Amino acid sequence: MKVSDIIEKLNLKVTGGDEGLQNEVTGGYTSDLLSDVMGNVDEGQVWITLQTHRNVMAVASLKEVAAVIIVKDLEADENTISQSNDEGIPLLSSSMEAFELSGELYKLLNER
Amino acid sequence: MKRFKADLHMHTVLSPCGSLEMSPGMIVKTALERGLDIIGITDHNSTRQCAEVYRVGKEKGLTVICGAEVTTKEEVHCLTFFENFEKLEAFQKYLDEHLPNIENDTDKFGHQVWVNENEEIQGQEERLLISALNQSIDEIEQKVRELNGLFIPAHIFRPSYSVYSQLGFMPFDITPDAIGMSARVDVEEQIVKHPELKQYTVIRSSDAHFPEQIGTHYSVIELAEASFGELKMAFHQEEGRKVVELR
Repeated sequence: MKVSDIIEKLNLKVTGGDEGLQNEVTGGYTSDLLSDVMGNVDEGQVWITLQTHRNVMAVASLKEVAAVIIVKDLEADENTISQSNDEGIPLLSSSMEAFELSGELYKLLNER
Repeated sequence: MKRFKADLHMHTVLSPCGSLEMSPGMIVKTALERGLDIIGITDHNSTRQCAEVYRVGKEKGLTVICGAEVTTKEEVHCLTFFENFEKLEAFQKYLDEHLPNIENDTDKFGHQVWVNENEEIQGQEERLLISALNQSIDEIEQKVRELNGLFIPAHIFRPSYSVYSQLGFMPFDITPDAIGMSARVDVEEQIVKHPELKQYTVIRSSDAHFPEQIGTHYSVIELAEASFGELKMAFHQEEGRKVVELR
């Protein structure tokens, strides 16, 4: 499944990083502690978080995640969006809470 | 230059987690007994106990630097200090604007009162002070800069409420005046691991919540005199002022 498929099925908005919309998604990881994400997210996973700081995109790039989804319609900081564009890693947004979104993504990735 | 012992991170009775014994009189008395020359008053998201500690300190010959320990939106703790009461009040206004309206539960978190020298209650903060402000670390740093204050991320390697736990590494867009590291951290080892920190002055403090913790850790700083301006120079290693030892 690609990032673009997830966007369509989970009704996500694209805030930045269009270049990576064809990234292959291997799984998901939900966490708001960047130190934890640095240690535990795997390459190709979609990272679900409520953090909006620019460091999110730096960690996303370091760990080569497929995309980042910010929950609850929280607004990403401006330099977070610009870094998402620079890195070509999609920065997505959802109106769902992390619990709900994680459940939906889990279902989607495990349905076939 | 003279050497001054500075413990720049401690809480008073105003912080919910601060002991009721942490009154202005007790803090100043204990700090002087422990041989400290300079203390920083850093309650969670409030500056309202500073003025009285400053006043008592001045009377008894202890330099008190006024500020707060803020909690950023990302839940990072940062120390902030201001050079005079006008700036401190402007910052208090900013804190009042950005602290969420969550009521304190005194049974669970403790009292949030500020007191005078005679330990008479002067006021009470109704909102829970350990909440996070709705401002990012970058926005708060910018506000502190506007007010010509000092911005010092606290205990940066703590497993919670620190720059490294919450944000993974020091954000590129902020330039702290100094950085705080706990006593259990091997400073040299961390600087080797995180060379981006090499440019910053490191301070160590007690983070005292109880009188007996005051001065258990401090920084030895070479200054011409004990003042806000001199501390700022020391953090930026200007004109011979510098932090020389962490205890």
